[in-house]
Amino acid sequence: MSLRSRVVDLYKNLYHMGKEYPGGSKWFHDRLKIAFSKNKDVQDPNQIKQLIARGEFVVKEIEALYSLRKYRAMKQRYYEKDDEIVSATQKFEESVKKM
Amino acid sequence: MKILVGVKRVVDYAVKIRIMPDRSGVFTEGVQHSMNPFDEIALEEAVKLKEKKLATEVVAFSLGGPKSAEVLRTALAKGADKAIHVQVSDAEAGKLESFHVAKTLQKIVEQEKFDAVFLGKQAIDDDSSQTAPILAGLLDWPQALYASKVEDGGSGHMKVTREIDGGLDTVKVKVPFVLSADLRLNEPRYATLPNIMKAKKKPLKNIPITELGIDISPQTQTIEVTEPPVRQAGGFVEDVSALVAKLKEKGFVKA
Repeated sequence: MSLRSRVVDLYKNLYHMGKEYPGGSKWFHDRLKIAFSKNKDVQDPNQIKQLIARGEFVVKEIEALYSLRKYRAMKQRYYEKDDEIVSATQKFEESVKKM
Repeated sequence: MKILVGVKRVVDYAVKIRIMPDRSGVFTEGVQHSMNPFDEIALEEAVKLKEKKLATEVVAFSLGGPKSAEVLRTALAKGADKAIHVQVSDAEAGKLESFHVAKTLQKIVEQEKFDAVFLGKQAIDDDSSQTAPILAGLLDWPQALYASKVEDGGSGHMKVTREIDGGLDTVKVKVPFVLSADLRLNEPRYATLPNIMKAKKKPLKNIPITELGIDISPQTQTIEVTEPPVRQAGGFVEDVSALVAKLKEKGFVKA
C-alpha cells in the first residue's frame, strides 16, 4: 500500500472512531483535521512512516479509552459492592468498635 | 462446535434515559442505540474460541425490529461469520419478553443444529437476565450462567468458571450447552472501519417471526415506568466524633 493511501486510511479510521467520542464528535473531528493539516507538507518517507505509527498508536489509545469507559460504566451500574468499598467499610467499622 | 450468539439492540449505555410523559415507557426514537454490552462480551468469547480452533463457526442472532440489522452488522464486523435476523415490527419489539426470545432461539437451534448458545448475562434495558436459563430449560441443555472463564474441559465438555455471590464456582458442562457472559469474561474488541466494510459482504439471513410460528403475544403488562427516587442532599458534620455519633444514630455502624 502506498504511503498516501495509508495516511488516508488512518484519517478515515480516526474520523470513524471520533463519531462516538465522549467530548462530542465535532470537537474530535476539528482537532483531527488540525493535526493532519499541520503535517501536510512533510515529504520525507521515513518521517511520514513515523507519523503514521503515531496515528496508529492514537487509534489503539482511543480503543482502550472506549472499552475502559464502557467497562467502568457497567461495573458502576451492576457491581455496586466494590471489593475496595467493602474492605474500607469493614476497616471503618472495626476502628469504630475500638473507640 | 457451532456457536449461536444472541445480541440485542438496546439504548446506548452512555445515553441519559428519558421517560415518556405518559409513563408508558422510555424514549427510543432519535436516541442512539448499540449492542448490549454483555452480548458484546458473549460474542467476543465465541470469536475467541473460534480463534483458538475450539469453535468452527460463530453465528449472530437477533430478534427485533428492522433496525436490529445494525447490531448484527456490528456483530459481523467483530468476527461473527453469519447473522440471523428474526424480524418483528418496531411496535412488537417493544413488547417482547425473555420467554419469546428463548422460544425463538430454541426454534433456530433446532433448525440449524448448534452446539452452544452464548448470551449476555442480561440486557441493559430490561435487566431481566432470564433468556439464558429459560432457553436451557426449553432445550433441556446444561447451563453455565455468569461465566467469567471458559476453557476446554476435555471429552466433549467445557469447563466454565462462574461468578457467584462471595466467590467463584467452577462447573463442567457437557456440549451442547447454554452460556451467559459476565462482565469479567473478556475485553470485547472494537469494530474497526475496515472490518465494518468487510462485514457488509457477510451473509445476513432475514426470517419473519410468522415463518417460525411463534406466538409473541405479551404475557405481562407494563403499568407504569417511573424515574428512580432522587437522592437527597447530604449534610455536613463538624468533626469525626459527630460523624460517628450520626452514623450510630442511623444504625449504619454497630454501636
